[in-house]
Amino acid sequence: MNEISNKWIGKNTIRPDGADKVTGRAQYSSDTTMPGMIWGHVLRSPHPHAKILSINTKKAEELEGVKAVITSKDVVDFPIDTPVILGIQDMRWMCRNVMARDKVLFHGHPLAAVAATTEEIAEKACELIEVEYDVLPWAIEIDDAIKPDAPILHDHIQFEGKSSNIAGTLEHKKGDIDKGFSEADVIIEREFKTEAVHQGYLETHSCLVSVAADGRATIWSSSQGQFMVRAMTSYLTGIPQSNIRAIPAEIGGGFGGKTIVYLEPLATILSQKTGRPVKIVMNREDTMRASGPTSGSKSKIKIGATKDGKIVAAQGTYYLQAGAFPGSPIRGAVGCSLAPYDIPNAHTFGYDVVSNRCKVAAYRAPGAPIGAYGVESVLDEIAEKLNMCPLELRKINAAKEGTQAVHGPTYPQMGYLETVEAAINHPHYKAPLGKHQGRGVASGFWFNAGGESSAQLNITEDGNVVVTTGHPDIGGSRASIANITAELLGIHHDKVSVLIGDTATIGYSNLTGGSRVLFASAMVVTESAKLVIKQLKQRAAKIWGIDEEAIEWENGEARPAGDNAGKFAPLTLAELAEKATATGGPIGAGYQVNTEGAEGGFATHICDVEVDMDLGIVRVKRYTSIQDVGKAIHPDYVEGQLHGGCVQGIGWALSEEYIYNKDGHLDNTGFLDYRMPVCSDLPMLDTVLIEIPNPKHPQGVRGVGEVPLVPPLAAISNAVYQAIGKRSYSLPMSPPKVLKIIEGN
Amino acid sequence: MSDTQYLAAKTIDEAVNAHEKANGTARFLAGGTDLLVQIKSGIRKPNLVIDIKKIVELNSINEISDGEFEVGASVSGANLNRNLKFAKLWPGVLEAFRLIGSEQIQGRASLGGNLCNGSPAGDSVPALIAAGCKAVIAGPKGKKDVPIENFHLGPGKTVLENGEMLVSLKFPKREANSADAYLRMTPRTEMDIAVVGCGVNISLENNVCTHARVSLGAVAPTPLLIKEASDIMVGSKLDDDILNKVSKMCMDACNPINDKRGTIDYRTKVAGVLFKRATKLATDRIGGNK
Amino acid sequence: MAKIQVSTRINNENIDYLCEPHDTMLDILRNQLNLTGSKESCGSGDCGSCSVILDGELICSCLMLAAEAEGSNIETIEGMSEGGKLHALQQKFLEKAALQCGICTPGFLMASKALLDHNPSPTETEVRYWLAGNLCRCTGYDKIVKAVLEVADEMKESA
Ligand SMILES: Cc1cc2nc3c(=O)[nH]c(=O)nc-3n(C[C@H](O)[C@H](O)[C@H](O)COP(=O)(O)OP(=O)(O)OC[C@H]3O[C@@H](n4cnc5c(N)ncnc54)[C@H](O)[C@@H]3O)c2cc1C
Ligand code: FES
Ligand code: FES
Repeated sequence: MNEISNKWIGKNTIRPDGADKVTGRAQYSSDTTMPGMIWGHVLRSPHPHAKILSINTKKAEELEGVKAVITSKDVVDFPIDTPVILGIQDMRWMCRNVMARDKVLFHGHPLAAVAATTEEIAEKACELIEVEYDVLPWAIEIDDAIKPDAPILHDHIQFEGKSSNIAGTLEHKKGDIDKGFSEADVIIEREFKTEAVHQGYLETHSCLVSVAADGRATIWSSSQGQFMVRAMTSYLTGIPQSNIRAIPAEIGGGFGGKTIVYLEPLATILSQKTGRPVKIVMNREDTMRASGPTSGSKSKIKIGATKDGKIVAAQGTYYLQAGAFPGSPIRGAVGCSLAPYDIPNAHTFGYDVVSNRCKVAAYRAPGAPIGAYGVESVLDEIAEKLNMCPLELRKINAAKEGTQAVHGPTYPQMGYLETVEAAINHPHYKAPLGKHQGRGVASGFWFNAGGESSAQLNITEDGNVVVTTGHPDIGGSRASIANITAELLGIHHDKVSVLIGDTATIGYSNLTGGSRVLFASAMVVTESAKLVIKQLKQRAAKIWGIDEEAIEWENGEARPAGDNAGKFAPLTLAELAEKATATGGPIGAGYQVNTEGAEGGFATHICDVEVDMDLGIVRVKRYTSIQDVGKAIHPDYVEGQLHGGCVQGIGWALSEEYIYNKDGHLDNTGFLDYRMPVCSDLPMLDTVLIEIPNPKHPQGVRGVGEVPLVPPLAAISNAVYQAIGKRSYSLPMSPPKVLKIIEGN
Repeated sequence: MSDTQYLAAKTIDEAVNAHEKANGTARFLAGGTDLLVQIKSGIRKPNLVIDIKKIVELNSINEISDGEFEVGASVSGANLNRNLKFAKLWPGVLEAFRLIGSEQIQGRASLGGNLCNGSPAGDSVPALIAAGCKAVIAGPKGKKDVPIENFHLGPGKTVLENGEMLVSLKFPKREANSADAYLRMTPRTEMDIAVVGCGVNISLENNVCTHARVSLGAVAPTPLLIKEASDIMVGSKLDDDILNKVSKMCMDACNPINDKRGTIDYRTKVAGVLFKRATKLATDRIGGNK
Repeated sequence: MAKIQVSTRINNENIDYLCEPHDTMLDILRNQLNLTGSKESCGSGDCGSCSVILDGELICSCLMLAAEAEGSNIETIEGMSEGGKLHALQQKFLEKAALQCGICTPGFLMASKALLDHNPSPTETEVRYWLAGNLCRCTGYDKIVKAVLEVADEMKESA
């Protein structure tokens, strides 16, 4: 790690994009318009599973104001049995997800799209499209999808020699699991169930696409990656990437849900056909019904420990809903669930199960909360059986530097143990509890990610700095990049402005997701800054007529490195910028790399709940998140990540769930019945930021955004157990369920 | 909704006539917090929307005589909340009304809309029934009063016929030593539809109950007045024995459905619990504790 | 069908527009008047991101017909800062990191302003219940509630 003055790193500066966001001027994707713009609307399946016998678009096309109607025939097809991998997605699924071919696979599955002069006409035209279906039996729940005579979604998917809805498996093994259990003094084995939940980003999907007469497309849309938008749109429309410019609008929340496209390819094709810019805005209902929530699951966890609390064996089996196409986050469940612990013998196994639900997308630490829910609940039971403090149990078994994780890697310097110790010593953990209150703890892990990243750092003619990076800013990352840039260049934070480039103005940068953004951007910004500083030194060297090596950059100025270098008054950034033309031209540098060295993040949470014993209502009374955040570049926004994640966890644990009715339709497509926590449901949230720098990062950054959603499910469930003396094994812990548990039937 | 027309009526007659003429294809628009949601989702497709908020009678709060209120059908929650006297006399009705939606919804939503929408889960309805309130209805055949407990015929169905409009809610004169309370069960603290709601209105004299009305919402196709509850409660000291009896009665009166918001079993149990809690709250209010 | 002509005042300016009977106020603000600071996250009154102040009352503009605005006075987020100077709430939201993605922010600011206009010194509980109609998925509300309480305190001190 660099020795740095820390003038700006760690400061709660005001974000560069802030003023626009508090005045309503920031442009989110649906805020954009274009001259001559028309509107698109998507026709969606009313059935959860059906063969499409025919689609007749004639009446729709004849409606006054309609400019074009498209179906799957207009979208590039990829044969269903050959993988076409793009990042974590497979384009043969994507092409069928954006527009059904042959079969509709979930309620809300797109079948056709219309462009018309108004949104209303487009909507009306969709109603005029005649579709003949052969409705098929469907399977929504995991158990229905994996039973022997289940309706099969994709005939070519085989498991154990026959067509199946089990689309894949993943396994991690360490040691000898049977031997491990034979050494255990206590063994607890439990089954758990969770429901599908949505990221709940408040901005629904939308885009505006203009395909010009020369075939070049410009896309304004809200996503977690303009390069992902470009690539997927290119695949699905056949337009080369060089002819697509994807401009990242401000994004109104994503949490993983905006890592794939729904509308962009359709709007592009509609714009191609009509020669007009086309805007499509998905409404809330369709966003809930047909975008990508995360999996519901069932799992079985078995853990064995010795009398003195040493875990000797752990086994986890997970079934995760993938939705209509393969790709559930089993990796997060089987990989993260045991990661906080040093366990000699372990075996985790995950099944990827397709069913007639919308295709899942990433959601904060995908799969990991599901994995942790079971493991952390069983650990709670083991601690109780051993008469041991649950945090003590975690302390005894904590993975440390050098521990080999169940999912493979050996940990470098890391701060899990520190989070447990901080929890033990936190006043919250010792505070008295009231009547019908309970306290629960749980830990969690997320891999974090690096990946491709690009930055460009330019010095303006008046000596200020413009930094451009390629990852959409979804929670204040521009503020942190400004901090880092100011720090490295030794200048005031106000002199730095940070922009997110579009696909034409900055090099390839991977998705905002996996908690990679600041980790990766900080690396490329650091390298760019080094290059710029080198240039600045060269310019000073030229002006003074001395060697570049004899110059140092300090506090925003070039200075002679020592007395031997000669006596010159320092040259400021502004002075060097002013002389730039004379000394060799514009000053600026970029850097692009596939960043490596993202190290995992760990957290331990403490939660107090109070239960209304007559009504079964659970309320969170106090919540403390403790996390190894590496280095908090902008502590307020780091805290914000912890707050947001834990509240999403509270929703997942207590009140959020996808509810399908007997017709296979999602029954709660609005926020009134998809119950995300509201302000009055919550207490103030405590956070403890533990800073164990990531040794592989110039500023010590670790991802911080995903981990906060991993521990809450179990922390809350464990707290409810303490409050009522009985345990729930299924989420959400809704009042009817909790009351039933209290009453013991 | 593209073929809808909009009319801002200025008088009761104008509204009633327009509604009658439209022959079942018009809807009155009060706060629109039910109606516009229904129109957007395609549940309702009226040809004519008659805005009634600009009619003076519908938008005023009148104290006809000391302690006797008449509240216009389109008066918003935010507006009624500012009437301190009403709040003092009918804390239960006001809290039921105020539970509807958010502050934003309160800026628009009306008692009339809550009632006329006909949902069995409308929060204000059990409180209005418990209060012994009457609906003042204007129509082609003139005005009439209907007790709230007779207003609903089934989910989404009310006694209103073509051309008939709710003008106001007439509250009985408030006696001393009386108070009401409304409690509902929702999973969240706010922004939720009642899984069960219970309104209780009682009068006490020397700790003996002299008047009692109990009403339940969301446990049957229409909000219920538990008539037998009054018989047992009046004359008693509302001791545990009586409360248990009435609580059981409430549970027996339930005829709920299983849906995404609650199960039959759960709703039934909750009705019993809420009755007791609401009665306690109302009693405390008479005692000046709350 | 004939369009309806509406005369109204928005952010202290006289504004006339033509609307269809079914247009919502939010439709007109966003698509016709280019006041896109009010957001549509649900269109059904559940999220508060379309909050505006209508004749002094906080409402959801997605649940109001544009035709209803005749003769009324509407405040939107675009009118909150005056003469290029941020309102105390806007400034505090920035300083306290009370926004992450920012899509909910205009709604929260309008709702918070309405709260402080009605109740200059709310308790934490009052703030939480008043803001319950505004969903935020990013912040867990913590920093928003703190920002509103701090502004209330500062307003008290300077009063
Ligand atoms: C986000 C949200 C949360 C909500 N939460 C709740 C809640 O917690 N509890 C609850 O009970 N409700 C809730 N509601 C529903 C709704 O807000 C209430 O029912 C409200 O009281 C309706 O009043 P309104 O004035 O808006 O009615 P409107 O929508 O204007 O009208 C409702 C119906 O009644 C008819 N109508 C209105 N006035 C009259 C009249 N004077 N004469 C004849 N017919 C008339 C209309 O034609 C329409 O069919 C919620 C709604 C939303 C959007
Ligand atoms: S858009 Fe109006 S409340 Fe959500
Ligand atoms: S800041 Fe993103 S929803 Fe509130």
